[in-house]
This record gives sequence, structure tokens and C-alpha cells, in this order.
Amino acid sequence: MPVTVKTFASFGEAASALSSDRSARYLGGGTLVMRALNEGDVSISTVVRATDSALTRIDVASSRVTLGAGVTFARILAERDLAFLHAPARSIGGPAVRNMGTVGGNLFAPSPYGDFTVALLALDATVSVQGGLGARDMPIEEFLQSRERQSGALVLAVSCQRPASADAFRYRKIARIKPKGGSVITIAAHLPVSGGRVSGARIALGSMAATQIRARAAERALEGRALDDAAISAAAAAATEGVSPADNALGSAWYRREIVGVHLRRLLSGLE
Amino acid sequence: MTKTPLQFRHNGRDVALFVDGGVNLLVALRELIGDMTPKFGCGQGGCGACSVLIDGELHLSCLTLAETVNGRSIETLDGMKDGPNLHPLQRAFMEQFAAQCGYCTPGMLMAAKALLDRNPSPTRADVIEAISGNICRCTGYEPIINAVLAAATSGRARA
Repeated sequence: MPVTVKTFASFGEAASALSSDRSARYLGGGTLVMRALNEGDVSISTVVRATDSALTRIDVASSRVTLGAGVTFARILAERDLAFLHAPARSIGGPAVRNMGTVGGNLFAPSPYGDFTVALLALDATVSVQGGLGARDMPIEEFLQSRERQSGALVLAVSCQRPASADAFRYRKIARIKPKGGSVITIAAHLPVSGGRVSGARIALGSMAATQIRARAAERALEGRALDDAAISAAAAAATEGVSPADNALGSAWYRREIVGVHLRRLLSGLE
Repeated sequence: MTKTPLQFRHNGRDVALFVDGGVNLLVALRELIGDMTPKFGCGQGGCGACSVLIDGELHLSCLTLAETVNGRSIETLDGMKDGPNLHPLQRAFMEQFAAQCGYCTPGMLMAAKALLDRNPSPTRADVIEAISGNICRCTGYEPIINAVLAAATSGRARA
């Protein structure tokens, strides 16, 4: 069924068009919305686009990194200053999907997709959203919890603090097919270390609940401790607390619960 | 429903057409221009059979809204050969038996071209990565990987 396509030069106009029409969806890279249209999703009657260059800006000048919502994974991979995000960006799709898929779209990708968002959740990213009532910044956790209600809002950018060292941020996606495959589970961990002890650990899991979630019990197990075998074992044992994975073709909920601790242990131990 | 005018370069030729809202580039190429080389496989971005180059970059035409390519340059397999002369990649695919049923071949060739245009001397790992978004259910991939590496070698020999 044909849809109406509305293209705007500014993100503000696009955001207004999006918030005033319940059946409008914002088209970023197309990997979610075009897929829905190809499958005959009749809930979409209007497609909104913006050609605003503000949405494709990358700012790496300071310790805080800002990525426009329209930045593709291929562009992240081409940016040497974003090396800490290369592993999550590379884990998504094949080359064509990385040339198309965007940071903003990934925030809306349903499980088992949305691997980049797992990394952003561990990095405590801030999501800038333009809604009917104006622009606001919200913590990524709050954004994900209210994701179903965010479809009328336009994501403008995400930003996060650069990890203090390459070792402080770790990412692992478990897939059945390499190099490209859907996530069985995805784990990202931000492990700031102060005086030899972990301080402010954030561990994020993908495909372990309806949205990306934090493994808070595992984080608590690491807090204030050195990243040694005992702390890692405690975190791995706590990895399943609060998770609610689903069965799908890539793996069963049972299997996901069985392996999440194993892979968290490997990630924290620095094993490949 | 009004149609939207659309112009782009298709394998070096300018084309102009009208599209319905929401039509994807694959449908525009196949049904409105008559270029049947990109294939419809899954419509979800999972198989790569519809791969084309947009301004030299590999994209999935089934997930590309047709009107977003206005003013841009599209390359498909239809434009790969030079008159009667096959592209080195096409010759290598034939010589290495890299096609069986042939349905994935146009997408594989475009993914391979995107790689070689950027990196004329790829490693085996580079080739595996480059075609990782393209599914082949016949060959087991090995002949395709060998063909891309052979085409890279013959391309270097000619240069």
C-alpha cells in the first residue's frame, strides 16, 4: 500500500511532522522502516525524513563524544577517534547494512537486534530527543524503558563519555555465524578503575530481555573490588539476576541463561 | 495517491521516472527501469541478493526508499561488463565455478566489486567480511571467495 513520504530540510520540521501523526514513522537508514513496509505493515501511512546535516554530525573533539542519530556504522568504523566503538559497530550486519544502519535507528531495533545500543547502555549514553514539546536529553536507560512511547519523538543524537582506557570498555557479541549473525547474547562492560579497584561498573546485556538491560547484580559484585578471579566469579554467578530472555531461532531462553555468565566471565577476564 | 518524480544515474545513464510513495529501489529498478539483475530475496536485509552500489557504496536496494537516491549514481550488475567484455570478477566467477543456481550471484558480484574498488589487494579474511551480508545456499562460499581473490590477482596483473 503506498505511503506518503515527507522530506524536510530541518530536523525541527521533521520532528513536528512525526509528533503530529500517529501513523508516521521516521526513516533513518531504512533497515527497520523499509523492512516493515516490505512486509506490508499497514500501521505506517506516512514516512518522515530529514536531510538536515546536523543529524549526521560526529563530534569527537572533547572527552565527550556526540554522534548524530543519522551517523552510520560504516562512518563510525572510518573514524579513528571512535576506536572504542569499532567492535560494536563491526558486529552489526554485513557491509551493506553498516553503510545504511544508523546509531539512532539502532535504539529502536527490537531484540535480537540493537547491539550498538548495548554498548551505549554500558557507556551510560545520553539520548537527545526532539518531541512535540521541544528538545530534551535523557539517560539511555530511561529512553529504553519508555521506547514504545518514543515513536512520536525524533532522536537527534547520542553522546557518551570516552572510556578512560581501551581496557575500560569491553564488548562481546555471541553469534552462531561469523562474521555476520544475529545475537544469541550481546555483552558490553564499562569498568572504570580507580586505585586498582572497579568503581562505577556498568554491564549491559542484549537479547536477555525485551530491551537491552543492565546486569545490576553483576555490577554490584564488582564494585569496589579488584578485577580478580573472585570478583569475576561473583559477577558471572550474578549475571542472570533480573533477566528475562526469550526463545527464538538463534537460541532458547534456557540456553541464553546458561551461557551469559560464561561469556561475562570471559569478557571480564580479557579472554577472546 | 500522487507519484513522485525521480532522477538518478543508472549504470552511467540518466533515468527519470515516477514512483509511488514508499516504493523501494529494487522495485524501481526491476519494474520501472527493467533492470532485472538485482534480485528480490528476503526483503528484510538478510540475504544481500538485491545489493547495488549507490555512489560507489554497497547498499541493499530492497531497504532503500527509491526517492532517497534522487540525483545519485546507482550501479548494478547490468552495468558491470564493458560492452562484450566481462568484468574480471565475472570471468573469475565463471572460471572458479562460483555460481550454481545464480540467484545470489548479482549481489555477490556487487559486494565483491565494492571491496575491490576500495581494496585491490584483499586478504581472504577481507573477502569473507565483504561478502558476509550475502547468502549463498549452493556453493558453500569457498568458490566465491576463491573467485574474488583470483579477480583481485588478475586485476593487479593487468594494472
